[in-house]
Amino acid sequence: MPRRPEGPPPPPVVARVRLRFAKRGRLRFLSHRDVARTFERGLRRAEVPMAYSAGFSPHPRISWVGAAPTGAASEAEYVELALAVVVEPDRVRAALDAALPPGLDVLDAVQAGGGASGASGSGGAAGSGAAGSGAGGSGSLADRIDASRWRIRLPTLGEPALSAAVAELLRRDEVQVERATKDGRRRFDARGAVVLAVCRAENDTCAILELVARHTTPAVRPDDVLTALYVVAGLRPSAPPEPTRLEQGRLLDDGTLADPLAPDRNDAGRLVGRSSV
Amino acid sequence: MSGQSLFARLEPLLPRVRRPVQYVGGEGNSIVKPWETAAVRWCLMYPDAYEVGLPNQGLQILYEILNEQPDVLAERTYSVWPDLEALLREHDLPQFTVDAHRAVGGFDLLGVSFSTELGYTNLLTALDLAGIPLHTAERREHDPVIVAGGHAAFNPEPIARFVDAVVLGDGEQAVLGITDVVRAWKAAGSPGGRTELLARLSRRRLVYVPAFFDVTYRPDGRIEAVRPNRDDIPARPSKHTLSDLDSWPYPKAPLVPLAETVHERMSVEIFRGCTRGCRFCQAGMITRPVRERNIETVGAMVDAGLRATGFNEVGLLSLSSADHSEIGRIATGLADRYAESKVSLSLPSTRVDAFNVTLANEFSRNGRRSGLTFAPEGGSERLRKVINKMVSAEDLVRTVSTAYEHGWRQVKLYFMCGLPTETDEDVLEIADLVRAVIRAGRAASGHRDIRATVSIGGFVPKAHTPFQWVGQASHEVTDARLKLLRDRVRADREIAKAVGFRYHDGRPGIIEGLLARGDRRVGAVIERVWREGGRFDGWNEHFSFDRWASAGAAELEPLGVSVDWYTTREREEREILPWDHLDAGLDRDWLWADWQEALRGTELDDCRWTPCYDCGVCPTMGTDTQIGPTGRTLLPIAGVSAGGMAGGPDASAADAPPADAPPAEAASPAMAATGDEAVVRSAASA
Repeated sequence: MPRRPEGPPPPPVVARVRLRFAKRGRLRFLSHRDVARTFERGLRRAEVPMAYSAGFSPHPRISWVGAAPTGAASEAEYVELALAVVVEPDRVRAALDAALPPGLDVLDAVQAGGGASGASGSGGAAGSGAAGSGAGGSGSLADRIDASRWRIRLPTLGEPALSAAVAELLRRDEVQVERATKDGRRRFDARGAVVLAVCRAENDTCAILELVARHTTPAVRPDDVLTALYVVAGLRPSAPPEPTRLEQGRLLDDGTLADPLAPDRNDAGRLVGRSSV
Repeated sequence: MSGQSLFARLEPLLPRVRRPVQYVGGEGNSIVKPWETAAVRWCLMYPDAYEVGLPNQGLQILYEILNEQPDVLAERTYSVWPDLEALLREHDLPQFTVDAHRAVGGFDLLGVSFSTELGYTNLLTALDLAGIPLHTAERREHDPVIVAGGHAAFNPEPIARFVDAVVLGDGEQAVLGITDVVRAWKAAGSPGGRTELLARLSRRRLVYVPAFFDVTYRPDGRIEAVRPNRDDIPARPSKHTLSDLDSWPYPKAPLVPLAETVHERMSVEIFRGCTRGCRFCQAGMITRPVRERNIETVGAMVDAGLRATGFNEVGLLSLSSADHSEIGRIATGLADRYAESKVSLSLPSTRVDAFNVTLANEFSRNGRRSGLTFAPEGGSERLRKVINKMVSAEDLVRTVSTAYEHGWRQVKLYFMCGLPTETDEDVLEIADLVRAVIRAGRAASGHRDIRATVSIGGFVPKAHTPFQWVGQASHEVTDARLKLLRDRVRADREIAKAVGFRYHDGRPGIIEGLLARGDRRVGAVIERVWREGGRFDGWNEHFSFDRWASAGAAELEPLGVSVDWYTTREREEREILPWDHLDAGLDRDWLWADWQEALRGTELDDCRWTPCYDCGVCPTMGTDTQIGPTGRTLLPIAGVSAGGMAGGPDASAADAPPADAPPAEAASPAMAATGDEAVVRSAASA
């Protein structure tokens, strides 16, 4: 006969805390699943009073918003935690940051604004993509993020070669690239998502590509843009590129991104956490 | 220069390999110490992929014990996959540690833990990448001393030409003893070079040094004699046995990997050793006697470990965990303590009886009851008497019925094929057992949708067991019997759809058998296989039987022996076996007598609750069975709720159980691998 978990249902969600965190240094090689597992263990070590899903295998309710690809560093990853007890967001930030390995650094924490419920109800299963909509008073996190700003270091590449290739890319309306995904190889346009591409020189042998890209499906990642540069201009750096996501947010008309935690901060009428970069 | 981080050179290669996260280190509770101030530097290796090696308890224990010494540094290295191996060679980078990415060749010692013989080729890859000569005879003064340990090292003869020293048995005290000798020798200016160091280690009875023993052979290929070639060392190196496990509650702060590994849980070893006396089981023979950790220590280790790691699953590890004298109270106590905390408990190694189901129920009070594993091992009653696995068909049916009544939805049954005296009929009886189990499950649960998985492994005779003399079944025989059984089950319409069948072909078992009972001549086969590309032989997708068979023919047949000679040939009582000069405590005459009892189908009871049957271990080793019940209790732990931000995350390490300084007496020596194999054998997933 089917068994049911005994006892009362899990305590309800009484608060949601939204975090911005960084994935730095050698931890850039963590996949999203690695990050999710490490977070769950960190939350337990930090004794953060998470809300759990019901059932035989209760999971802490964690809603992820996108995820920087394996190998990419990030200064702007976002996650929302559903709590069973109200806790000051900065206490969550400090305790979790101390419990996570160096390189997974929690930078900012806010309490989700009135009525917000960003959770998609997936209960934080690893690999769940963007958080669902569930828009509340000030909207879900996912609704506030539609673009990323990237900085891609290209060691061994000179800036003139990069600039020429980027100029060629921007002249096109569409550049098809191919990438292996879990559903096999896919072809898609890598040009349309690129809003802004600026080239700089770190020195003679290292170029920097700064990129603002819209979040599309499939997501256009730094690798795809570099593939597009190869397609249009034969550009192929001899050393692996080092991408870092600098910002995520809603793309504004002037090409900048709106801080996705700002509405919650404004709701709360106070500034929590520390800035970085 | 030794000790520098290679990470800056390694990092550009990582985006080009599969799952780079396994090479970056940075695990929770990992330790990086300064190089210059360390008097003795150990590199510890598990010769398999990171995902398999990281959870290994033996390595984690030694890593922590060594790093607790103020002037000792210990780092870890694992086998790199062929994609990274090729890049390391292309870019002239050596085998590196994951902790501080230091070159392995710069350490004083390289300790390698062998749970299985199939890691031998991976040892050669690591040595070669590290720039260390493969042969002990060719090593230079600055090369690390290569020390082998783990269960497979109880017959280290096939790797004798590759390793400088071998530790038999529990490693905790042995590595500290070795460290003391190395520290003093280095401080004195390394007098006499590495030969003198190895002699000192031998004289202190810390290690077996293969190079100090000569082996001669008869014209027919059998061993004539094994003799020490110096008179200042013990003629019979012996195993180390750790007594009083409560004083050694390691690992206190288990490693928390960033990458996904095969065991995503924390393990607490609740006892070491087993005297059930299963005649096929090398672990049960070489780890005697039984030494329990008491309920209080177990409770404290679980608590400290969870706080230090954030794991949400705890496995209580041993060779037969339901046999712990206090297991009932441990199960209830832990289930009570963690009822609210989303921590799940599991008892990986189980036996066939209803008490075991009761324990599993405790461990899954609010969890999913997916599958329970039982290991009858032999298909027929007769065969189970031969192997001394005292389980009747009625026991199994009763146990399985109980499990289904309590909501378990699937059972997994583990058997072996190719056991001594086995016939086709013995194996076909597995089908009858499974039919009885399915019927019992349908009756107990009231519905037809019952699943059973039958998992079958090939039997490989091992050193220091009553079956060390037997002729191994050829892979043709094993494969034919498995096919017969599969056809029988498939043809049985009553159960065909309810039974899942898992087995491997018999060929890897033959190579494992060659390595498990081989002598020094087999070393040439290992080396040839490695030179021809052999890597990761424990992995189906990398293992090549043909490569092993052709290398075996090339290296052995000129010497008048062969792969068959080492595997399917039955040995006579007085034949000198390659490991006879190594003392695991077991009386050779008792092993032979037990083999004869096996042929008569005579069972032998466990010496924990019947009189001693003179296996020889306790008197030879000066040890005693250490079991409870102790009358102690599981200490109540406050605040194990679903997290209250009560304490900070740093409340962990300080709460660890008392870590008494290891006793200094070198009297009872020591070395270890723990019961990881048991987990593989039979996992009761709660």
